Parts: sequence; structure tokens; C-alpha cells
Amino acid sequence: MVSIRSIPSTPGSLSVRDMPWIVEHNESRCTLCGRCTSVCPTGAIKLQYMRKRMPKMVLNASERGNTFKIFVGIRQRTDVEHRCIGCGMCASVCPNQAINPVFNPIIDRLRFQSTKGGNAVKRGGRRNVPGPNLLDRIIFDRISMLTDPALDAGRHEFELNTLLGRVLPPEEYLKRKLSGQWIPPVREVFPFIIGSMSFGALSPNMWLGLLQGVAYCNEVLGIPVVMATGEGGCPPWVLKSKFLKYIILQIASGYFGWDEIIRAIPEMKCDPAAIEIKYGQGAKPGDGGLLMWFKVSKLIARLRGVPEGVDLPSPPVHQTLYSIEESVMKMIQTMSMAWDFRVPVYPKISGSTSAKAVLNNLVRNPYAAGLLIDGVDGGTGAAYNVSMDAMGHPIASNLRECYLDLCAQGRQNEIPLFAAGGVGKNGNVTQNGMALIMLGASGVHMGKYIMQAAAGCLGSENNRCNVCNIGICPKGITSQNPKLYRRLDPDKVAERVVETFKAIRTEMKKIMAPLGRSQSLPIGMSDAIGIEDKAVAERLQIKYIC
Amino acid sequence: MCRLAMKTANQPFSPYDILQAMEAMQEGYDGSGLGLLLRGVEFTDFNYESGSPILSGIAHTRDAMHRLNKFMQSKGFVLKYDHEFDVDLSRIEASDRFKYFVQVYKLPEAWDTLSDEEVEEQLTLTRLAIRKDGEEHGGDLTVFSFWPDVIMIKEVGWPLQVGNALGLDSGRIKSRICMAQGRQNTNYGINLYACHPFFIQGIGTMTNGENTAFVPIKDWLTGRHYPAYIGYQSDSEVFTHILHYVTKKLKLPLEAYKHVITPLKTEELNNHPQGDFLIGLRNSCRRLIIDGPNCVMGSLPDETCILVMDAKKLRPATIGGKPGEWAMASEMCGVDAMIPDRDRTLDFQPMREHTVVVPPERQEFKIWSQFDPFPLPQAA
Repeated sequence: MVSIRSIPSTPGSLSVRDMPWIVEHNESRCTLCGRCTSVCPTGAIKLQYMRKRMPKMVLNASERGNTFKIFVGIRQRTDVEHRCIGCGMCASVCPNQAINPVFNPIIDRLRFQSTKGGNAVKRGGRRNVPGPNLLDRIIFDRISMLTDPALDAGRHEFELNTLLGRVLPPEEYLKRKLSGQWIPPVREVFPFIIGSMSFGALSPNMWLGLLQGVAYCNEVLGIPVVMATGEGGCPPWVLKSKFLKYIILQIASGYFGWDEIIRAIPEMKCDPAAIEIKYGQGAKPGDGGLLMWFKVSKLIARLRGVPEGVDLPSPPVHQTLYSIEESVMKMIQTMSMAWDFRVPVYPKISGSTSAKAVLNNLVRNPYAAGLLIDGVDGGTGAAYNVSMDAMGHPIASNLRECYLDLCAQGRQNEIPLFAAGGVGKNGNVTQNGMALIMLGASGVHMGKYIMQAAAGCLGSENNRCNVCNIGICPKGITSQNPKLYRRLDPDKVAERVVETFKAIRTEMKKIMAPLGRSQSLPIGMSDAIGIEDKAVAERLQIKYIC
Repeated sequence: MCRLAMKTANQPFSPYDILQAMEAMQEGYDGSGLGLLLRGVEFTDFNYESGSPILSGIAHTRDAMHRLNKFMQSKGFVLKYDHEFDVDLSRIEASDRFKYFVQVYKLPEAWDTLSDEEVEEQLTLTRLAIRKDGEEHGGDLTVFSFWPDVIMIKEVGWPLQVGNALGLDSGRIKSRICMAQGRQNTNYGINLYACHPFFIQGIGTMTNGENTAFVPIKDWLTGRHYPAYIGYQSDSEVFTHILHYVTKKLKLPLEAYKHVITPLKTEELNNHPQGDFLIGLRNSCRRLIIDGPNCVMGSLPDETCILVMDAKKLRPATIGGKPGEWAMASEMCGVDAMIPDRDRTLDFQPMREHTVVVPPERQEFKIWSQFDPFPLPQAA
């Protein structure tokens, strides 16, 4: 049967109420300045001619009661490509508070129509699970009262740093030291690490701001913060600078940027903080990195040694990888050798039930410098929705299992475990991080939190913004388009990085002081934490409190 | 808070002297228990030859005592002396005490071929077997030490009253070192094993304050899978085991203990003559860093005594005395009570970097600072 064309409704037709975010526009306040429409990253709002009825009192029967007037107003588009992403840039630039995107609490119909062209939905950002996560619910309940005095967070000295690198058992250390044998390199770093976000995923201004902030933390404040590069290399000027020692270089399955890194080795003024070999990522386990073509600019193409404007999907596994044993042998040892065994080399894996198997293999390898486990709440620059939403393993139980496994073997001081994935996703970064540390982590990596705190990333767990994948980041954080990233002032990012780490440092003391801890980071101090959930307490082997 | 009193003297003295010093410090404790460690012992009723192991503990029932005797016989130990306390059980708070035993044994003949180290290991395993046996029988047998020259007594109650109940004022037992602590571990529930001093293979320590890093340290020590690293009913037991681990397992000099439990900061070690070695040691022994406030007093098999503070130095401790006789206490009045006729101006209160060592000859005490060179030239 032939459809009726005169009614403009197709299966994919959507109305404003079908959209996840609805733009509320107050026409009486709007001055039609056009700032909102020009700043909107998706073009979800447009200035449009519209007609309105002007009622008027008519006493004469020969005359019509209404007139109509043409005016210019703002309307929300309702197609998938031009959907409102709720970023709120319109509201932030509006001089008159005339416009604001509002979250639509009804399940939007857009999600059923967003596979146009047969393409599965991709996004950047986060997993989109609002509300407190498990880490937010852990509280510190072993407060020093009369048996030992609580410390003064403002006046006492605190040892807050952690170790990154393989630590020998005491007997082995003494044996090797006395006989002049190789001692694995160990770095003393701040336990909150800026997680791997690539030069490519991040804009040049964002990257520069982070690096400036990290350098300031180290050189002025004495907080030994380190940051990881992510896959995609590192600008040559950084590789050859003295700042390299604050950087963890990541090598991943696409090996992007490693030509530049290897070539720069003879000219390096110092060693990098560490080498991270990425085998997996919490946000999209079993998937390789993905830099979509929108973001492969001339600069990125040069750094990565690829043509401009092509998708850069890294394979899910390293091409040389046949087994964990082979991987550890080939990659960890090769990378160690490249820097003459002076740089810690550790793998990063997705949270997974196979994490313990990986860990036990690393324990037996004398060159493995640690293990980073990235939980399901981790963020990403680009991934398929289904990978982000449904794949992975929460970090808390994964980490705890691994830590207790190391304890049973008495090796918990030898292989530092680092945890990531949702640290600070609701803003409680220090609390989340310290909870993981007390569950057994030597430190935590954080990505999304830093983007939010240092650069004002707009993303939220209600799928706000989350368009890091297509290079239209309205704040200029994850875009390679100079028009966008020039919005971001690297100096201001650096300032916020510094403020963030100063605040974390203070909060760490405010947590450690009441627990009576100041002499070492309370790694594995599980007697200090509790949770109001019996099942979780049992699983994590911590106290159930109510 | 725990009150600590320790005296070391060339002339053996009665433990009752120390209990009187505890009485001087009574304002500060709840009198919930007493732990005593006597080293370099003498009996008036028996000519004790140094080197024979002494088993100390409590049999809570007649049956337990019989089991113990049978067990020791079956292992080939020959009982040489069984000390009978002039005990008045009515003055003891607990009701399930059958006998406080202090028994001197001759080693089994089968051990003649064993090296000193193997004998030490076997003595420890014997003590652990007795402890296990008691635990399997509803806790009817408690054993504190099985070691040459050492007697240990632990009981619930006011220290002086416990001493009176056991007739310690009779002077039938004397020792050259006496360590006393006056509190049961009320933090974690009353348990005789939880009372200081703690003892392992000749090493005894006691502590005041609380070790907030207890659980990570305990987890690490447990992971050594060494049979004697058990117990941990008290957070202070780890201090003894760390001292054992450092000196017996790692075979490091006594000074290393301080570098393990309270390592210097990185910036301090960077300027230390052996900083490179000590940073590595700190990293390797990182899980043994204590988090006080604590003062640790200890004694070693050769009758060396030590006193160290945690890095926060929030607990008091004083050493004072004269050649041949030194006293350490958590309170100054405790030192006064133990050695009143001394030059008080020479008293010393260690700070965070200090280890005070009284060598076996007891002519003076040495103050060793962590900032001083570490006595392991080859390693450094």
C-alpha cells in the first residue's frame, strides 16, 4: 500500500519530546544575538523564521479577528545528527539566561533511531550510570580516639607518596645489593596519577596545560605527580625535554607514535617515569583504541605517522601477542631493554575475571613493574555504546581479589597494583582513591575527573555531551579543530591541575589523620573501611556497618 | 595506655621491684593485666645452668597439665626443675587457673646432632605445638615462651596484686633483665596471648601506644608463612616479629630495625652516607613501616636492651641509671622507682631518630641516630 506522503511522519520522525535533552527557550528574554546557535557543537538549535498569530479585538464583522506576524526565533532540531547533547554551552554564552537544555526524564525515543545507516552508536566519555557508585559508599570508620591520638592534618608531616616499580623482597634485595646485581627501578610518585589520555584524543592546548600543571606540582610544590600519555606518542619537544620524567609513555596495540619515541631515545635528557603497555581499557574491554577521522589533524597525522583524516582503530590485541608468557617476555623485556633497565614497565589491562591470571604471571616475571587494572567505569575518547555500557568488570572487587591473592603469596609489596575506572566520577576523587588504596591499590589513575576538574569537561553520567569521539568538544578539550581548542587556555588548565592536586593532597591528610596514619600510605589498611551493604562487605572482606 | 618498666642489671633482682615501679606509674593505667619477661634467670631452689630451655605458661586444668607433661616426655625432654609458685589463687581474678608452670628441661638426646639454629627452630615448633594443643582443647593450655634463660608470666588483674598472688615478693626467682607491662589488650578483647611483652626465638619487646598500620603489617608478616608469625591478638605483636625478621631472617644489625620500622624521608636519605642502600631497604620493607604513636622496648638473647620511638614521637619514654644498672620506663617516675640513686641529669628521652642500646656489659647506654652511618659497610 502506498503511504500517505502528505503527513510528514516516518519511522524515524522525532519530536522535541523524544529527545534526551530539551532546549527550553524563553523568547521574551531572547535578544536574538545568535551566540547560542553559533556555539552549539551539534547545531541542535537554529535561528528560524516563524509565524505567529496576533489576536486583536474586532468590532467590525467584515474584518478578521487575527493578524499574523513573521518573526525570528530559536527552534530545536530533532534529527539524530543534530540532536541536543545537553552540553549547555548555549546557556553559558547567553547574556540573558534565555536558553537552557533540560534533561528529559522520559525514556527518549532517539535511542531507537540512532542507528541510521546501519551504524552502531559510538560515543566518547563515560558509562552513563548516574548515582553513587560503590566506592562512594565506602566510609572510613577506624577513627583514632582515646587509644591513639588522631593526628593534625594541618600540622603533622605526612608521607603520601607511593612506589611505582618492581620491589624486591627484602632477602633478594640484600643479596643483589651486596653482590652488585641489578635492582629494578622504582619511582616514588603521588598516588593519584593522571590516567592515559592520548595526544590525539586530547587537544594540544589541553595536553600542554596538563603538562604545565604537572611540572608545577613537581617542581614548585614538591608533589610528584605523573601523567600517562595514552596511545599516540608524545610531542618530540616533550620527549627531548626535562619534563619527560613526569610522563608515563604508553604503548598500545596500534603502536602509534612509537617511531618518534624510539628515534628520540638517544636525545632524551632524562628517562620517562614509566612505560605502560596497554592490553586493555576498562571502558571498552577487548577493543583497541579508536581515534576517529574527525580528529586526525595534520599535527596528529605527523605524530602518529599516518595520513590525515582517516579512522585510526587500533587492533584489540598486540599483533605479536600469542600468550601472556610471550607477551611479558617480549614486550616488557624489550621495553625495559630499550632504556637499559632503568625504567619501570608495567601492563594495563581491563578489569576482568582473568585479571588474577595475568597478575600471577607477572609475579613470576622479574621485569614486570606493576599492574594497572582499569574498571568498567573508566572513560574513553571513542567507543561503541555497547562496549561502554555492557562490557567490563567493576574495579573494587577485581582489585581486592588481586590484592588478597598477592597477600596469600606474601608478594603484595613486590608488584604494585594500580586501580582505575570511575575514580572521582561523582566528584569524590580523594575518597574514591583512598578507598581503593585501603582495598589494596598502590595508587589510582584518573582521567575523566581531571578533564572535569582541570578543563571544565561538560560530560555527565546522564549522557550529557559525551561527544569526545567526533572532535566537536565544545570546551576544546578533545578536539583537534583550532577554532575549538583555542577556547581552552593552557595556563588556566595548568592552574586548575595544580589546584586539584593541592586539594587532593589536603583531603588525603584529612582522611589519614583521623585514622592515625601519617608514616606511609595506608595501602591495604582494610580495617579502616566499612560499607553499609552486607554482600559487598563479604565480597571485599571489609566490615559491614549499619 | 600501657605502662612499661624495664630494668637491666649485672646483679639479678626480683621482678617484684619492677612491679613496685609499675605501682609508681599507676596513675596512667587501668591495671587490667600484667605481662612479665625475665631474662638471665636464677632460682634459689635450683641451680639453673644457662642454656637449658625454660617452658612458661599456664595450665588451666589438671587434664591440660597432664597432657603437657605427656607431650614433653614423648618428645624426649627431661624435666629438671618444676618451679612451684607460692600461689594464692583466691587473689587472682580469673577462676580457671590450675597451675602457673615454669619448667626447666634438658634437651632431647636426639637433638645433640642439631646445629644451634636447628635447635632454636625446634624449640619454637615445640612451643607452637603446645599452643595449638591448648587452642584445640578450648584454650586450657597457654604457653608464653620456651627458651633458655627466659621466663614469662602473663595474667589479668592489677600488676602488684598478681605479683602478690604469685608470691613474687619471695625472691625465689631473680633475673638480670625484667620487662613489665601493665595492661591487658582491652582494644581487641581480653586474651592472655594479647598481653605484652611478646616473645619469639629469644627476642622480646613491649610497646605503649597503638600501631595504626597493624593490619597491612600483619598481612605481610603472615605472608612470610613462617610458622611462628601467628597470633596477632594485639597490634603490638608485630613489633616483636619485625625485630625477629630483621635480625634473624635478614641477619641485619640491630640498627636496621629502626630503619625498617621508621625509615627516614627520601630527602633525608638523599643526604645520608648510605642513602642509596637505605632507600632500597625502605622500599623492600615498606609494609613493615609502623605508624605509632609507639615506644618500643626490647631485649635480645645476649641481654642487649633497646629502646626506640616511632617517627611521630607522641609517646614518652625515659632511660636512666648508672653503670651496671639501667632502667627504662614509659614514665619518669617509673625510672625513679627502679633506680632512685642515679644522676638524673644523665637521663635521656629518645627522639624520633634514636635507638638507645644498653649493651650486655651494662657500663653505659649508647644513643644511635638514624642519621649516623649504618654499620654495614659492604652493603653501603
